[in-house]
Amino acid sequence: MRIGVVTFPGSLDDRDAMRAIRLAGGEPVALWHGTHDLDGVEAIVLPGGFSYGDYLRCGAIAARSPIMAEVIDAANNGVPVLGICNGFQILVEAQLLPGGLIRNDHGSFIRRNQRLRVESTDSVFTSGFEQGQEITIPLKNGEGGFIADDETLDRLEGEGLVAFRYLDVNPNGSLRDIAGLRNERGNVVGLMPHPEHAVEPGFGPDTSDAMRSGVDGLTFFTSVLQQSVLK
Amino acid sequence: MPTIVVEVMPKAELLDPAGKAVAAALHRLGHSAIGDVRIGKRFELHVSGEVDAELLASVQQLAADMLSNGVIEDVVSVHVSGTGDNGSGTGVRSNGVAGETR
Repeated sequence: MRIGVVTFPGSLDDRDAMRAIRLAGGEPVALWHGTHDLDGVEAIVLPGGFSYGDYLRCGAIAARSPIMAEVIDAANNGVPVLGICNGFQILVEAQLLPGGLIRNDHGSFIRRNQRLRVESTDSVFTSGFEQGQEITIPLKNGEGGFIADDETLDRLEGEGLVAFRYLDVNPNGSLRDIAGLRNERGNVVGLMPHPEHAVEPGFGPDTSDAMRSGVDGLTFFTSVLQQSVLK
Repeated sequence: MPTIVVEVMPKAELLDPAGKAVAAALHRLGHSAIGDVRIGKRFELHVSGEVDAELLASVQQLAADMLSNGVIEDVVSVHVSGTGDNGSGTGVRSNGVAGETR
């Protein structure tokens, strides 16, 4: 499966996302924000970073870049789209996912290995997890506080669209401990933590087995690769 | 050259950590009369030619669509402030704020 990773001006984790796709067994394809060309990819990752320096609002300018017109069309046609951190912010600004992301309630940038609970396996990026599975992947953000009005939050909960919830600590003031969402169709997933940084033994979070052996993030990518097998 | 000013504030019900940090610093410096501080954004859009109702309406639209995110922010003002404008600005203010600010 060819999976595109879009590089925006200020993207940081595009190469890490491509590495994760490769380690999962997929073929990463570099895509450029300034074109309208998705190069025929079968899935898309919007990577982390600080597109456009977080000017205006995080993800706001990137969400209106040329390639996003194609990404939005593709998402609406069922193509898998994963937004990680800044990519989640871009998905929210593009209104592919609801709510908003604001500055962390404590006012500081935070980096930690974050425990999460998988709340929904009904998406192309979470289908390989067990319902309720607890995973640990790195989190690093300054503006990761998820907010939405009560009505939207109730709808998200009621329809099972909360994909991930923070465990142990809420690192950024996100309402109802929401770390990530999926859309109704299950082809669009966004989250603040970084699965692409937990895909290779020796470079992931510590586990009880060994230092830096955590590879919980790999399942995001193997899940979507499984989709092409199912087709 | 006339300028259209758009002012955007974080929604009142949301925590504004940046404003809170400034308020804490002010209190530390002894400014006890100051309570909460909230930090917003001011956009100055320089336009060539006259500002007519149509242009102002389009700016109001883009203020809502792009310059602000309705989930987390409110557009509190869209008004004209031309060169040498000394308080006779025209335009629209919401949130019950009337007239130009300077």
